[in-house]
Amino acid sequence: MLDLTPKKIIERTALRINPCKTCQPVGAMYAALGVHRCMPHSHGSQGCCSYHRTFLARHFKEPAIATTSAFTEGTSVFGGGSNVKQSVKNIFEIYDPDIIAVHTTCLSETIGDDLNTYIQQMDIPEGKIVVHTNTPSYAGSHVNGFFNMMCGFIKYLSKATAVKNGKIGIFPGFVNPGDMREMKRLAKLLKTEFIMFPDTSGVLDAPMTGEYEMYPKGGTTISEIVSLGDCEKILALGELTSMEPAIELKRKCEVDFDSLPLPIGIQATDAYVMALSHFSKQEVPAELEEERGQLVDIMMDAHANFDKKSVAIYGDPDTVLGLAAFVLEMGMIPKYLLTGTPNEKFTTKANALFEKFGVTGCKAKANGDLFELHQWIKNDPVDLLLGTTHGKQIAKAEDIPLVRAGFPIIDRYVHSYMPLVGYRGAMRLLELICNALMDRRDRDAKDEDLEMVM
Amino acid sequence: MNEREKILDKYSAKVFKNRKDHVVQFDNAGMPKEIAANSRSIPGLMSNRGCCYAGCKGVVLGPLRDVVVLTHGPIGCGFYSWGTRRNKAKSEDGKSYIQYCFSTDMQEADIVFGGEKKLRQAIEEAMELFSPSCIMICSTCPVGLIGDDINAVATWAEEKFNIKCVAYSCEGYKGVSQSAGHHIANNGLMKSIIGTGDAPLTKKYSVNILGEYNIGGDGWETERLLEKIGYEVVSIFTGDGSYEAIKNAHTANLNLVQCHRSINYIAEMMKTKYGIDWFKVNFIGIDETIRSLREIAVYFNDPTLIANTETVIAEELEEVAEAREYYQEKLHGKTAAVFVGGSRSHHYQMLLADFGMKTIIAGYEFAHRDDYEGLEVRPNVKVDADSRNIEELTITPDDKYYHLSIDKERFDALKLTTELEYYKGMFKDMGDGTIAIDDFNHYETEKLLELFHPNIFYSGIKDKYMIQKSGTPSRQMHSYDYSGPYAGFKGAIKFASDTYMSLFTPAWQYITPPWRMQPTLEGKVGGAD
Repeated sequence: MLDLTPKKIIERTALRINPCKTCQPVGAMYAALGVHRCMPHSHGSQGCCSYHRTFLARHFKEPAIATTSAFTEGTSVFGGGSNVKQSVKNIFEIYDPDIIAVHTTCLSETIGDDLNTYIQQMDIPEGKIVVHTNTPSYAGSHVNGFFNMMCGFIKYLSKATAVKNGKIGIFPGFVNPGDMREMKRLAKLLKTEFIMFPDTSGVLDAPMTGEYEMYPKGGTTISEIVSLGDCEKILALGELTSMEPAIELKRKCEVDFDSLPLPIGIQATDAYVMALSHFSKQEVPAELEEERGQLVDIMMDAHANFDKKSVAIYGDPDTVLGLAAFVLEMGMIPKYLLTGTPNEKFTTKANALFEKFGVTGCKAKANGDLFELHQWIKNDPVDLLLGTTHGKQIAKAEDIPLVRAGFPIIDRYVHSYMPLVGYRGAMRLLELICNALMDRRDRDAKDEDLEMVM
Repeated sequence: MNEREKILDKYSAKVFKNRKDHVVQFDNAGMPKEIAANSRSIPGLMSNRGCCYAGCKGVVLGPLRDVVVLTHGPIGCGFYSWGTRRNKAKSEDGKSYIQYCFSTDMQEADIVFGGEKKLRQAIEEAMELFSPSCIMICSTCPVGLIGDDINAVATWAEEKFNIKCVAYSCEGYKGVSQSAGHHIANNGLMKSIIGTGDAPLTKKYSVNILGEYNIGGDGWETERLLEKIGYEVVSIFTGDGSYEAIKNAHTANLNLVQCHRSINYIAEMMKTKYGIDWFKVNFIGIDETIRSLREIAVYFNDPTLIANTETVIAEELEEVAEAREYYQEKLHGKTAAVFVGGSRSHHYQMLLADFGMKTIIAGYEFAHRDDYEGLEVRPNVKVDADSRNIEELTITPDDKYYHLSIDKERFDALKLTTELEYYKGMFKDMGDGTIAIDDFNHYETEKLLELFHPNIFYSGIKDKYMIQKSGTPSRQMHSYDYSGPYAGFKGAIKFASDTYMSLFTPAWQYITPPWRMQPTLEGKVGGAD
């Protein structure tokens, strides 16, 4: 496996090998699926939409609906106005969503299609809405696409009226429906009135009932997005993902925001819980304190199995930072942190974490790729890989256990239902990490060393 | 209203006008049917189609194991086509590029100022790291728009590094589906690779397998059967294929075409250039495998080969006999929908028939009319602007390598009794009341489920979960749901066993909770004691 990857590292300035990111539109599509009765629409050639739907379906094992402007060579020359107008008409007629969320592609961006004008020229049925965002695939990554789509919704819809709604807005970041459910559970435990945006729970984890619902129950409603403008405050979870839309909302509706890391691990969850508690002016319930205590108890009980183990973590920036913070809390060494998303804030934040926990010899890189991560590991190995599916080749090549976390995971089931966030998410994450390391110890033990009790 | 009319009923006049010719219902057996195909999808209709790049890089070139296939464009296209198609490959020295994704990961500055410089640099880096003997450059949408001259870069790379470097302008917006990409890939292989090897002509009974991408190991199973009989497989296009093998493809004596849609261009061009005849074979399905093997043996007309063929068929049949009977009994009478690709919906109908299953709905994503109606329809096909933009190569006989395996008289005789240089298309195997849809979309899929209630729906991942959620088992026919191989005798059994599993997995019994079937609340009515 990966036999052609040399140990010697040469500097590459042009060749990307085994990327650790993908392009903006798939993130935009995911964000739009987190809006109730919304049809994501890809303004480009058919292939983009097909690839993105496929990838979301592979990760969530759920239908991922989206339509496309289906550009041809002619469209690319004359512009996509007629295609997007025709699309919108057909979509409302045939699929009847309440809202269409258009995102662009590298194709429509390169020819400079002006969606603002196209949308103004459209014949949109009464009571229906079309919004858009620009998601050029040649800038940023799928994470940018996710927050750009959020900004698009906010720009078009959010409004500040004279009356506040008494709610806190929660921007969950690029996480799974299982994470969003857990974030909402915590908010409810703290008796917080909130609007979560976007919210893919109830959409991309919809139950099997024998009836297919094109628009399942979940998703942030249009009126909730409008009402974001009247929120008392926004909790932007995951600074590199949620800050931009929070700034956008502040600019438009003057809603203040607090930026917090994704609530992965003890301290980040504590910060989230404290923020909710401050807002709702409610004591943290005993039930939640019990959960936290259980987590600390488990960390203590099991620590000998992971203490000082080194781990390479790769994936989306906020997810990697969150996972890194938790493994540091566990006493592990996050030796390599890598994201494909080009954002130097990632490196700054990673280095701050290393400093905070007093670990040395750890390395963080933004705009990297899995080929390079593999080369680092070849030169100086780790005990564990923590990240997305695409690291499984490295895991096999170097015989290192892999715990899957993040986006995309296209080779396992159930993960999108299970949270990584909150104290319960941390318990699960700890179990996955601990089991991977202990299974490895069992596998490698000589017969005389196999432990019955551990 | 018949089912076809019910499906079309919801459409506006404009959409109806387009879609009506893509939906065909068979009410009179034997009546010739026409279908509109290989034309533009309607924007907004949620088609399952992919793009030109997906057909060129994803389907045809991606499986070549000893080639650095370099995607020139932003990161997405390369990422999505990395290791996702199950085109298995195993190289003898363990070195395979298909585990890797190579991309120029174009950034905004490359779009504004041009990406050629970055492409050259990427090739320099690939040479330094891997020194491959062949690099193929595949363009994505913006490359064609900004006008990067990838052919010039390929020429530069060939001169500088003394390697083979081929550029494919397979921008996603070209053509109307993946199909354009197949054609572009075929052209590139024909122009720059096939015939460039200097291997001597191969032994008498040598074949190339065309349009076999080794999904789930299908190509390996096909190769095993052919080699067991005594054929030499010179090259496979392109599953577990290699640049080293296909550059000598011209030395084979017969081309076997599995996926007609994606590779018929090469078969036809090789016939003109090298005199190599081709057969439309089908190794999906037991009866079809037997037919294919017998026709190949008859072509070469060697008594030993014919005897070997019968021995192998008998051996293979015996091995699967018990399982075949078991699954025939379990699956007999079940109805199916098959929506995939441009050839497979036909292939799999034949396999389903092996087990007594009836295909009531079928269709393709990106087929042309000949894939539905047979090659005889070709002269009547109107070539539209989208297809005209894809280059048609002018091919002339090759002075050095032109060789005929059989004389014209025998060729003409065989053409009457076999599928030599003929593809009959899917329609001739579809029965009364069944329906065929070209470039089916999400809405039509929902309507089909509602109107026909097939027992199982074979399609792709984009509609798999929608179909399943509506209560119908669904299996992916692009990736075989990570199972396979489905080719040949043993493959047919594997397919039947997977189908049986998905039809009867216990979870189907638990969809409705008990409290929906019986009351759980007990109380007193009307205040009575």
